[in-house]
Order: sequence, then C-alpha cells, then structure tokens
Amino acid sequence: MEIVQTDVAIVGAGGAGLRAAIALAEADPKLRIALISKVYPMRSHTCAAEGGAAGVIKSDDSLDLHFNDTVGGGDWLCDQDAVEYFINEAPKELIQLEHWGCPWSREPNGSVAVRPFGGMKIKRTWFAADKSGFHILHTLFQTSLKYPTIQRFDEYYALDLLDDDGRCQGLTALEMRSGQIKHFQAKAVIIAAGGAGRMFPFTTNGAIKTGDGMALAYRAGVPLKDMEFVQYHPTGLPNTGILLTEGCRGEGGILVNKHGRRYLQDYGMGPETPVGQPVLKTMELGPRDRLSQAFWHEQQKGNTVSTKWGDCVLLDMRHLGEKKINERLPFVRDLSISYLGMDPVKEPIPIRPVVHYCMGGIHTDIKAATPLPGLFAAGECACVSINGANRLGSNSLTELLVFGRRAAMSAIEHLQAAPGSGNTAALAAKAEASQARIRALFDKSKGAETISGIRGEMMHTLEEGAGIYRSGDSLANTCDKLAELRQRYDNISLNDKTGVYNTDLLQALELGSMLDCAEAVAVGGRDRKESRGAHQRLDFTARDDDNFLKHSLAYFRPKEPPRIEYLDVVITKSKPGVRDYSGAHK
Amino acid sequence: MSERQIQLEVLRYNPETDTEPRFQTYSVPCLNEWVVLDALNYVKDNLDTTLSYRWSCHMAVCGSCGMMINGEPKLACKAFIHEYPDKIRVEPLANFPIERDLVTVIEDFIAKFASIKPYLIPKEDKPVSAGEYQQSPAELLKYKQYTLCINCMLCYAACPQYGLVPEFLGPAAISMAHRYNQDSRDGGRDQRQEVIASHEGVWECSFVGACSEVCPKHVDPASALQQVKVASTIDWYKEHLMPWVKK
Repeated sequence: MEIVQTDVAIVGAGGAGLRAAIALAEADPKLRIALISKVYPMRSHTCAAEGGAAGVIKSDDSLDLHFNDTVGGGDWLCDQDAVEYFINEAPKELIQLEHWGCPWSREPNGSVAVRPFGGMKIKRTWFAADKSGFHILHTLFQTSLKYPTIQRFDEYYALDLLDDDGRCQGLTALEMRSGQIKHFQAKAVIIAAGGAGRMFPFTTNGAIKTGDGMALAYRAGVPLKDMEFVQYHPTGLPNTGILLTEGCRGEGGILVNKHGRRYLQDYGMGPETPVGQPVLKTMELGPRDRLSQAFWHEQQKGNTVSTKWGDCVLLDMRHLGEKKINERLPFVRDLSISYLGMDPVKEPIPIRPVVHYCMGGIHTDIKAATPLPGLFAAGECACVSINGANRLGSNSLTELLVFGRRAAMSAIEHLQAAPGSGNTAALAAKAEASQARIRALFDKSKGAETISGIRGEMMHTLEEGAGIYRSGDSLANTCDKLAELRQRYDNISLNDKTGVYNTDLLQALELGSMLDCAEAVAVGGRDRKESRGAHQRLDFTARDDDNFLKHSLAYFRPKEPPRIEYLDVVITKSKPGVRDYSGAHK
Repeated sequence: MSERQIQLEVLRYNPETDTEPRFQTYSVPCLNEWVVLDALNYVKDNLDTTLSYRWSCHMAVCGSCGMMINGEPKLACKAFIHEYPDKIRVEPLANFPIERDLVTVIEDFIAKFASIKPYLIPKEDKPVSAGEYQQSPAELLKYKQYTLCINCMLCYAACPQYGLVPEFLGPAAISMAHRYNQDSRDGGRDQRQEVIASHEGVWECSFVGACSEVCPKHVDPASALQQVKVASTIDWYKEHLMPWVKK
C-alpha cells in the first residue's frame, strides 16, 4: 500500500477544512499539510449557503448581545465558554476574509454591510448578496492556492482513522481515480467533512453530505454529541428542497397561510409587525425551530396550501420590489424562477420546512479537540457546541472559520507536545485491515439488498419517526427499523467491481456512514424525554432542565445500537430562561 | 404531474473494461419538471448502478455536473427535460479527457486556474486589527460579476480555441485574473500580467464569444477577455512607445 507522509491530514476541503489548511500553512511554512476531500474544494457544500455570516462589527452591537442571542436561540444547550470564544473571534475572522478578497456587500460609505437574521436582536449578518457561502468558499479556496505546502488530495474518500498508542496517527483513503487505497501517516488529523442531511428524504443538503466525517470519528470510538438535534429550515422550495435564504425574511419577506394570515403571530412570535418593516427577533425573524414547528401546527389545523408537491405556506416578497430583490436576493429569484417557475417579484412562493443542518456532531472541546488525542474536528461535522438545540442562521459560516482555525492551532500544539511517530508496523497492520474491509465489499457474493432500497427506507423512517415533531413510539419504531437496516446493509450488492471512479462503491460507503449517523439521531432522540429547540416530543412537551440540561454522547457499537451517555452543559453567565420571540421582549 | 418517457443516450467508458467509449440507452420515466440530472439519478438508483457522474448541490452553484447535453455544454441540474425532445444524448464535457463515463479529468483547468494567482495580492499589508478595507458599492460592482464563476468549465467545453490549442489559459482563468485586477484592494496586476499577457494567455482568444453564451452564471468571460486585451495593449504601448510613463 502506498504511504503518504504528512504532518497534518485534513479530511474535508470546505469552509472549515480550507480555513484550517491556511492557518496551518501560515503558522509554520515547514509543516506538510494533506488536504483530503471526496470532491474538489469548490464543490463542497459551503458553496450553497446563502444568507451570511454573523459577527459583531457595528457600533450598535456588542459581544454580549450576540452571546445572548446564540445561547437563547440554542435553548441553553450551548456550551457558553465555547460561545464566548466563538463570538470574540468571529469579527476577526470575517475581517480576515475581507482582507483575502471576499466580496462582501457594502454600505454606501464603503464599510461592510450587515443584514437582519432570524433570532438575532441586532443586524449583524455579513453577506455577499445571497451567495455568502459560495463567496466564502471560493475566497478560501483561491487563497489556499498561495500556499505550496498545502498538498491537495482531491477526490479521495477517507475510509478509516488509524490510531496507535492512544493517538490518532493518520487514516486510509480511497483514491477515486484509480481505486487504490493510500495510507496517510499523519501526526494529527482534522475532520472537517460537513453534515449528514442526506439521511433525510427532503433536504437542502447536496448529495455529498452523507455524514462521512462523523462516521469516521464515531467508528474510531469518538462519541457523537447531541445528534438528536436536526434543524429544519422553514423555507425550502417544495419540489426540490432548494433553500430560499432566511435573508428573504431579513429583507422583509412575510409568511402567510392559505387564508392570507401571518400565522406566526399565533405561535408566540407576534404581535404582527408592519409588512416590509421587519422587527428583529419577532414574527418572520423568529428562530428556525419555532418557524418550522409553527408550520407543522398550521398543517395540522388545515391552514396550509395544497400543492402538487404537498402542503405549503407562502413566502411573499412582492412588496420588496424588483430592484431590492435583484440587488439583495438575486439567487433566490433565479432559483424560484428556474426550479419552480415562479417569480418572487410577481407572486408569493410556496415553501415548506426542509432538513438543513445537524446541530450535533463529533464531540469536541472548546479547542476543537476530540477525546482521541491527535484528532480534531470543525464545522458542521463537529459539535463544539455553540449551536445547542437550535442553530441561529448565519452562525454556521462563521463557525467554519473560527473553529477551522482553532482546530489548526490545536493540531500544532499537539504536534509540539506529542512524542515521535508511533509504531509504524501496528499502523500498517491497521491500514491493511482497512483495505481488507473494502475488498470484502467487492468480494462478497451478490447480496439481495440494493443501495437505493436501503437508503430509501432509511430516509423514510427518519422522516416518519424523527421529524419536526417526534414521540416515544415514533422514535422507538425508527430505532428498530434502523437496527434492521444496519443488519441488512451487510447484504448489499455491488454491481460495479472495477476501480476507476466507482460511484457504486462510493454510494455504498456513504450509505454506511448515513446509517451510523441516523441511528445516533434516533436513539439520542428516543432517550431525550423532553422538548428543547429542534427536538420536540409530543409526549414530553416541556423543556426539562433538571434531567436534560445535558449533552448526549452516542458511542458506536458494531452490532448494536449506540450506547448513550450524558455530559453537563457548560454554563458561564446565562442561566436557562425563557426564549421570548414575542414583540414584548427587550 | 405529467410524465414523459425519455430515451437517455449516455456515453459509457470504463478504462478497465472498454477499449473505446460507447453509448448506452436507458428508457427513463421523467416528470416534466425534472432536470437531466434527475433522469441520471433515476438510472443510477433504478436501472444501472455502474453509471458514474459527478453531482452534488442540484441548484447550479457547486459546478460539479457540467456535461454535454444534446451537444451543448450544460449543468445537468439546470437542463430542464421539458426543453428537450424525447431523445436526450448525454456526454462528458468536451475538450477534457474522459476518466470514466461522464467524469472528466480536470487537472488542466485546475492548474491553469492556479497559475493566474487567483487571490488578493494587497497593495499594502494591513493587519486584521486595522479593520476592513473600505470599498464603495461602485468599486464592488466593477469586479463583482467576475466573482460569480463556479468553475464548472462549461466555457472550456464551448471554447473552440481551447480545443485547438490546449495551452490556452481559457476563459474562466483569465476572467478570474481580471476579477482580482479590478478589485480596488488588489495590487497584483503586474504579477498576473506575466501569465495572462503571454502567448498562451489572452492573445489566443479569437473572440468567438461561445464562453459567454454557455456560462450558467452570466459571468461573461468574453467581456473580461476583451478588457484584458485592451489593457494589455495599452501596457505594450506605454512600455514601447512611452517608456518614461509608468504603468
């Protein structure tokens, strides 16, 4: 097996992975950096983020206000020391991106413009029209080209972490072009491989978001934290799940039901605000979990609009006018016209909630370090946790930057502290075992199960049992189903036995990752007998701080559902309180 | 929802088992609102798991799924079935070597893109603690359009010159150089000129304009190339006829 020697291996080349790579290259020009991704960096899903990135910069804002919005928005499940670090670092990171050329939208005086976003008390979301993630990703990718020490391994799929002597010391990865497996010997590994929204049937997430990074760490014994918290974004196009940014509402778009009523006022987010004059942290600028839950109730009441793609509510932006829509929301207009055949300048757009983001992920501490020495994680695949039970829109793009860089700094500290390389013979044996695992997939006699069949059943059971509202019964059924699917996964058939760009094999591996993550979602949800943020139980409707002001930690077991443990939330200065998105809040 | 049976003729090539590319036809029941990518996914999930192609976002921003559709370079996720006849031919992007089926080898583009120094080379270094650069909306507008490139390479597949002269830097790379040159924060134009004003740079462009026609993001690389040519010509005159004038 070919060996690639490097100092730090990064798995994933989206926003967090690229930011980590640049930080490493800048910190020490002698470091060898291997940037490994199953896609070319600019294909990473960071590119699809639209609305913007939060960071305190304007004089009417303060770090405390951003802290309060984030912690309350997360229903007090955030670790507050991590939130404080995040909020302090956020403005620096956004300015750094500006210095690297990011085309942020501007005020007339030339300073960076900010826009309102859901759950935020002050306008603090930096944006580049409605392609903020796209511009962040491309700015980072292009900047990374300055550094010759960043060696890219594009279209390599990470297979297994390799550890020895209690430390993570590399990984195996499949070179898709050749079908060959390579052994990366690294002194530290950073996972920055994104979320797992593809577990669900209806999602804003691109095809690549299959939880591979999460599963990589999970199978190596690192727990997944708070996986039961899955965010539904309230405004997706009903036929494709394409996201219409929260910026639509930040700019003044309103949500109405089939009677034309701005129904959010009926769910604790009123009183109604004047059309076209959005009021922060109220009505359409409430947080995503509340808005998606309000949709569910409207659907139960029969107040939704029936469309050929299912029940919807309407996002009305007509009053913004063509000029503002073209300037601030050009992509939204293009997407609506192209994929739905409807122009937001002329008509309200039917939308419905859509799976968007995993609050949970690889358990890390405030320094982006996992419990396995030498292994770090950042971005959506990680759970630091700054997002708690519900992420506020525009915190995740900033999170990529802050914790991408933090992971790099921690990796360097680890390199400086860690003793020399591990037992190469032991690592080589583990790499061989990893290769044998993949070979076995090829060599197995033709099984009866298909990838698309099991994938479809997985999506269906998650949507049924672990959607916007859940119950003990629905979650138990989903847990059973997922356990069954994990067993049946052993009998999938691979029709393609060749090496070059074998997407049959790739999809099989991705399905394995998703099944592992899905089980952590369902079991974590079943055991969390309370309602908090994005996790809403019909049988336990209240938040229960006595028993569940805790992170769940799911530990992988090869033949059984995960073992769940709990960890106290870090509270520094904000005691759990009431999330108030009514006009009465201060 | 209306359904239509489409004959999808897909180029297949596996270097391990095929001596040359061939076409394979799949009969796919398509909804009229589908895009060609949906039809390919139907094939992959229901008819033939061995078909390989790249895709991810399904919203025309990741740039993965560029391919030739009935002979034209398109994003498969933005090629609507209702705009096509009942027979649709799908091939890998022209002007790139085939790696497997609809997957092409794109290293040439990546190397050319990197060669033009597609990153901000600041006029003067400024620490983060000094805050952001000021840039007026008008200054932003000057280069904004050229930042919209998603690196899908449709322009390379459409460019007759890239087909004839593989050394040509090509539309997307030169547009990106122009993007940074036009940025009020940037001072790196001289460094980029060494690459783009070379023989394989902008002068290879014969201004057919096919790049701008196929660009799914309306970046209009052809206009960038023309502006670069004009600017490079002025440079030449300044250097050769008026050597006392600073560029």
